Amino acid sequence: MEKFVLKYFNLIRTIIAILIGFAVSVLILVIVSTSSIESIKYLFLGPFMSVSRIGNIVELATPIIFCGIAIAIPFQASQFNVGAEGTFFISAAFGTAFALIIQKLNLPGFIYIVLVLTFATLFGGFWGFIPGYLKARFKANMVVLTLMLNYAAYFLSIYLINYHFRDKSAGFLTSYRLPENIFLKQFVPNTRIHIGFLIAIASVFIAYYFLYHTTLGYEIRMVGFNFHFAKYSGIDVFKVIVLSSVIGGLFAGLGGMAEVMGIHRRFLWQSLPGYGWDGVVVAIIGKNNPILIMFASLFLAYLRIGGRVLNLLSDVPFEMVGVIESIIILLITAEAFLENVKYRITVKEAEKEVFKNGSLS
Amino acid sequence: MDAQISVRDIVKVYPNGVVANKKVSLDIQEKTIHAIVGENGAGKTTLTKILFGLELPQEGEIFVKGKKVHFRSPIDAIKMGIGMVHQHFMLAENLTVFENLILGIEPTKFKIFLDKKTAKEKILKYIEKYKIDIPLEKKIKELPIGVKQRVEIFKALLRDVDILILDEPTAVLTPQEAEVLFESLRELKNQGETIIFISHKLKEIKAIADVITIMRDGRVISTNSNEELTQHDIARLMVGREVSFERVEEPKEIGKVVLTVKNLTYTNSERIKVLKNINFEVREGEIVGIAGVEGNGQTELVELITGLKTPTEGEIRLFDENISGKSVREIRTRGLVHIPEDRMKNGVAEKAKLKENLISDRYYKPPFSNKGALNYNYIDSEANRLVKDFNIITQSIENPVSSLSGGNIQKVIVTRELSSNPKVIIASQPARGIDVGSEELVHNFIKEARDKKCAVLLVSADLDEILKLSTRVLVIYNGEIVKSFNEVSTLRAEDLGPYMLGVKRGD
Ligand SMILES: Nc1ncnc2c1ncn2[C@@H]1O[C@H](COP(=O)(O)OP(=O)(O)OP(=O)(O)O)[C@@H](O)[C@H]1O
Ligand SMILES: [Mg+2]
Repeated sequence: MEKFVLKYFNLIRTIIAILIGFAVSVLILVIVSTSSIESIKYLFLGPFMSVSRIGNIVELATPIIFCGIAIAIPFQASQFNVGAEGTFFISAAFGTAFALIIQKLNLPGFIYIVLVLTFATLFGGFWGFIPGYLKARFKANMVVLTLMLNYAAYFLSIYLINYHFRDKSAGFLTSYRLPENIFLKQFVPNTRIHIGFLIAIASVFIAYYFLYHTTLGYEIRMVGFNFHFAKYSGIDVFKVIVLSSVIGGLFAGLGGMAEVMGIHRRFLWQSLPGYGWDGVVVAIIGKNNPILIMFASLFLAYLRIGGRVLNLLSDVPFEMVGVIESIIILLITAEAFLENVKYRITVKEAEKEVFKNGSLS
Repeated sequence: MDAQISVRDIVKVYPNGVVANKKVSLDIQEKTIHAIVGENGAGKTTLTKILFGLELPQEGEIFVKGKKVHFRSPIDAIKMGIGMVHQHFMLAENLTVFENLILGIEPTKFKIFLDKKTAKEKILKYIEKYKIDIPLEKKIKELPIGVKQRVEIFKALLRDVDILILDEPTAVLTPQEAEVLFESLRELKNQGETIIFISHKLKEIKAIADVITIMRDGRVISTNSNEELTQHDIARLMVGREVSFERVEEPKEIGKVVLTVKNLTYTNSERIKVLKNINFEVREGEIVGIAGVEGNGQTELVELITGLKTPTEGEIRLFDENISGKSVREIRTRGLVHIPEDRMKNGVAEKAKLKENLISDRYYKPPFSNKGALNYNYIDSEANRLVKDFNIITQSIENPVSSLSGGNIQKVIVTRELSSNPKVIIASQPARGIDVGSEELVHNFIKEARDKKCAVLLVSADLDEILKLSTRVLVIYNGEIVKSFNEVSTLRAEDLGPYMLGVKRGD
């Protein structure tokens, strides 16, 4: 039993953290809500109460997964690149523009889709290259750089869409609608779950393989662990800093365009949607491990949808929903949480080994 | 007689399940210098960390000055008058030496303002008293490792403690520096202090300790007074077999020149000329020792040769090819390996797995990887083989390096560097912090490499190591090679001293 606990300790800890988070949320709901039983049900079960809501979870998780990976890769190299937000956005904008421009070629659907997704992915890579190169070359501060670039990405995208690709017939600021044959198919009835989700899952495994099973992934991680050591060992630190940002950018770019092609079918954002920041959250919860990030994204999306349902159907103020969400995330990310329980079990096990039958072995 | 410190049945289990202290009991008498020796991983650092409140034991009792104590943090220990010099430095890299020294004991004016003047006066007084030379205004990260060590020791002395714990304080000091330290320690003892001293240098132990405790595998196996043991006895008790301290035999055959350093000059970022017109050669099958007090340019010399820095002037030739300005990778692929002086900074990625640390110089070569994909089957089997061959004590190759003892971390580095069939070895104190048994192993590996026609440049502040291994010895002082000795077998440490200190110059 104790050996079992040790082996799956991290999983068990997360589950307990979630349960405690839920318990605290219940407490809050009991205090703030007049019909607390109902509210509790909305928050926790709401997301599963209909196919379309389950669909909402998956839809919301999709861009978060992409951004989580985009953040995790530079984070693994200890490059605090928080540019996923802007990269996601600008790649979607330029990808949309590109799709509209080459629309005239009347390419067959599949080729068209691949071409546009590739373009947006590469654009994301290019956008990731900028801070990567500036950091490597001029030792600029990564956080500041990418924050600034997020602004640049935002204004550039809005300019591009509003001035050059704006659909004047629409009643609001948006780009022209994309042609039908470039839509990513929504393949689950009554939901908007689209092919982009499958691409996200594939990306998770690709990123995982990349980080832990390739030489470049190894180099990225070693630079992240100790950059002096990497240099001393002969790893090209310059290359790693640049490439970790580029590769992160690829995933953000792909995610941005997939979102446009799968859900909105046009570029209609007028403000940054915030997926990049969710990406930071899930990257931290998932310890920069793509597979854990996938679960973290689904979980975050579940919380968000629960909050949406709660907000919609109960008297609980929207702000409270945010509070509950952050409490749960806080508990999960608290490294030290339950650490001493693990320690106590370890000690007992180890002592059993060393001092068999109560005497010195 | 009442002991100053008594520990009873201390058991320490680390979170990964390693039992580092298995019911350790020990009495340390007042006004003595009490040495603790033992193999790498025997649990010495763990025991001292417990005494300093850095680690909590699971079982056992500690009495300090007759009072039972429960240290929850170093603050509790400091309150009881205990100070510690750590094996791996605990200095704030980005602060200056001065700032580090007053960290935590800042004298204040009106309890708010930092009273720099009083602090400085006190520090200068102590510098005078202990004759420890440290640059107060420099940042820690700019200092060579030997100077960092001096700062760490000085910091402990400044705290006016009456029990001082020193965990391998001399590992990077020259004998002269160590002698100064020992003088201070004896002086402190006479003033009534109790000193706990850990070292792998048995000579030092013999020279300074009153009482010697030997630990093995988490247990105390004996405590004797110094007079009862010879150096050989200690070695035997520690590792369970005879250990040789003899000089290695002379090389049979010395071949062609492999490494040439020509008119090498290096000016650092502060425009200080730290290396001035250095010239020497290293040939196949010989070990050239570079002796010098830490901070006289050897750090930079090694960094230049290994590609971590680029020379200001001059040339470094490896196999008749100028390698200055080439990348570390390019230099390494030519068969040069490097055992760095600062193991925690350069030598390992602490938080990475042991196996990942063992492949950092070869992961990109087949069969470690094929077309960019790592081959874990091969990596694991190689890592396991190396751990076994070089006797690295660990539970698993999956564990992070940070869970190894200091000496075992050093073994990880030595293992990696020497296991790639090098043609040139640049070694900065390769046996630093390694126990006598493993030291013999490391020295044998280097000697075997030499006999396989490897060219070795050995940079060390440890003169015993230099005199044991070197075919020739160069002395570096203030960025210059001030003397070279071609005949080492009759050379004594005393002969090198004056040159290392700049008192004498050769031709
Ligand atoms: N932080 C840690 N986590 C897990 N295990 C540890 C940790 N620190 C030390 N150990 C283990 O505890 C044992 C004793 O280590 P310790 O550092 O006390 O040895 P030591 O006698 O000081 O050795 P050395 O001479 O090499 O410094 C070793 O097996 C080591 O691997
Ligand atoms: Mg130690």
